[in-house]
Amino acid sequence: MNLLTPFQYSFMNEALMISALVGAVCAVLSCYLVLKGWSLMGDAISHAVLPGIVAAYSMGLPLAVGAFASGLLCAVATGWIKSSTRIKEDTVMGIVFTGLFALGLVMFTKIQTEAHLNHILFGNILGIERDDMIQTIIAASVTLVVVLVMRKDLLLFCFDAAHARAIGLNTSMLYYVLLSLLAGTIVASLQSVGIILVVAMLVTPGCTARLLTDRFDRMLLIAVASSVLASCIGVYVSFFINGATGACIVLAQALLFALALLLGPKHGLIARRFRA
Amino acid sequence: MREISPPLSIEVADVTVAYANGIVALRDASFKLGPGVICALVGVNGSGKSTLFKAIMGFIRPVKGSVRIAGKSVEQARRGKRIAYVPQSEEVDWTFPVNVWDVVMMGRYGHMNFMRLPSATDKRIVAESLDRVGMSDFKERQIGELSGGQKKRVFLARALAQRGSIMLLDEPFTGVDVTTEETIISLLRALRDDGHIILVSTHNLGSVPEFCDHVVLVNRTVLAAGPTDDVFTEKNLTLAFGGVLRQFHFEQSTIQEHDGRTVKLLTDDERPLVFGKDGHLEYKDREGREKLVKEREKEAGK
Repeated sequence: MNLLTPFQYSFMNEALMISALVGAVCAVLSCYLVLKGWSLMGDAISHAVLPGIVAAYSMGLPLAVGAFASGLLCAVATGWIKSSTRIKEDTVMGIVFTGLFALGLVMFTKIQTEAHLNHILFGNILGIERDDMIQTIIAASVTLVVVLVMRKDLLLFCFDAAHARAIGLNTSMLYYVLLSLLAGTIVASLQSVGIILVVAMLVTPGCTARLLTDRFDRMLLIAVASSVLASCIGVYVSFFINGATGACIVLAQALLFALALLLGPKHGLIARRFRA
Repeated sequence: MREISPPLSIEVADVTVAYANGIVALRDASFKLGPGVICALVGVNGSGKSTLFKAIMGFIRPVKGSVRIAGKSVEQARRGKRIAYVPQSEEVDWTFPVNVWDVVMMGRYGHMNFMRLPSATDKRIVAESLDRVGMSDFKERQIGELSGGQKKRVFLARALAQRGSIMLLDEPFTGVDVTTEETIISLLRALRDDGHIILVSTHNLGSVPEFCDHVVLVNRTVLAAGPTDDVFTEKNLTLAFGGVLRQFHFEQSTIQEHDGRTVKLLTDDERPLVFGKDGHLEYKDREGREKLVKEREKEAGK
């Protein structure tokens, strides 16, 4: 087995392609999440999709549809509870998403399915089936197109929602657009890294890019580049260690972040030390 | 393109605002402003100044009463991009990866198509607005790399680029150097002379008589509103601020007869720092400083 062996298998090439696509979508969205301070929201929605997936499975619907619905339910319920009680948002989120995740686990044990819980929780990109692949590609492409078309409005919404509202933009619509995009991205990444680790994909590339530039357009490019690279490295390495692809991708993400943290030209720790 | 129909005005009538937690932030607030005016919104923290701002911008719906802008609803005014808002510096994330040009361009978004691609006109207006606040040389800077005064001017330029006819400024003089304060004031005056309505929320009392034609005093309701000379009286201010206002009574201080009219009073709206005739530091109370008073008298006598 040499270093080029992985490329001889079609499942590896497919996995590389899908994970690169998923990495790109997550990276674009992560830039907005990091700037908006929505990392926890990403974590919450990703856990909350579980009951939707199980329900969709038992009803014979595409899993993506169920995941999308229950992810949005989590966000909307959080917003509603926050605005009508005195409890703070992060606390409400903590209750809602763990509650939904637990509901999903209970439903899973009650409903007989052929799906493996492990594949949902940790992803199964090396064994991805044709249907799942198509779903992933559709979710990723739609999300990517919508973000790119609305990128300036979304950026203004993250930066200064009051101004956005004052100049006549529909900020509550933008809020739900961003939430839907988040849910869509999570659906797209289920196959590659799974529910538990998807939050890393939704936060790390944006953070890495944030350390390397002060311009948003460049931040998007750097985030996409680092995320695609990390995804490919993760898939490639997991071939040799025989599994845990999602974890390998996330580790590669973390490694790139650490490099940016240390070696960033302007905001990196070493550059800072030298300037001081 | 200015609307021909009713002249510009802001009409706040019996506005009562209550939040979801039941707290009534503002009760029966009323005032009216015509075109070409700089109006100060004065009150302590928590008096409902920002609530009133939000009601005027239509961010919160009053449970009672109404806000009309040029005879129309706030929503209509907002769709016409008429209301420009300059936020408090504390509300802005200064590490955000945008530069000065990007921020000012955001003022044009309402005028662009849905892809927000700037036209030549948009670029020209942004350049003009930056020039007007003297920030053209900084357009490539990330916003966090600016001084307090420069930051404020960038957001003022954004409001100018929006070309609204009503401008709301939240605490525009906090953390701002004297040059910037003067720039801001002369800009606001020019806008007023063009017929704009400018509403400035501030607790910086000293600056109010300097440049505001109108004053609205707020404390959970509108206590008084009208021309500065009529409204900005000691009685009204005491009412608005209760015991919170710092006072410096000259007759109770260590300042004496011989200081005449040469007393210097320095203040940033905190406690004033007062120097007597010969540059002596003066104290608010005579009591306990009898020795000092005697010494000064001796000096004056010699």
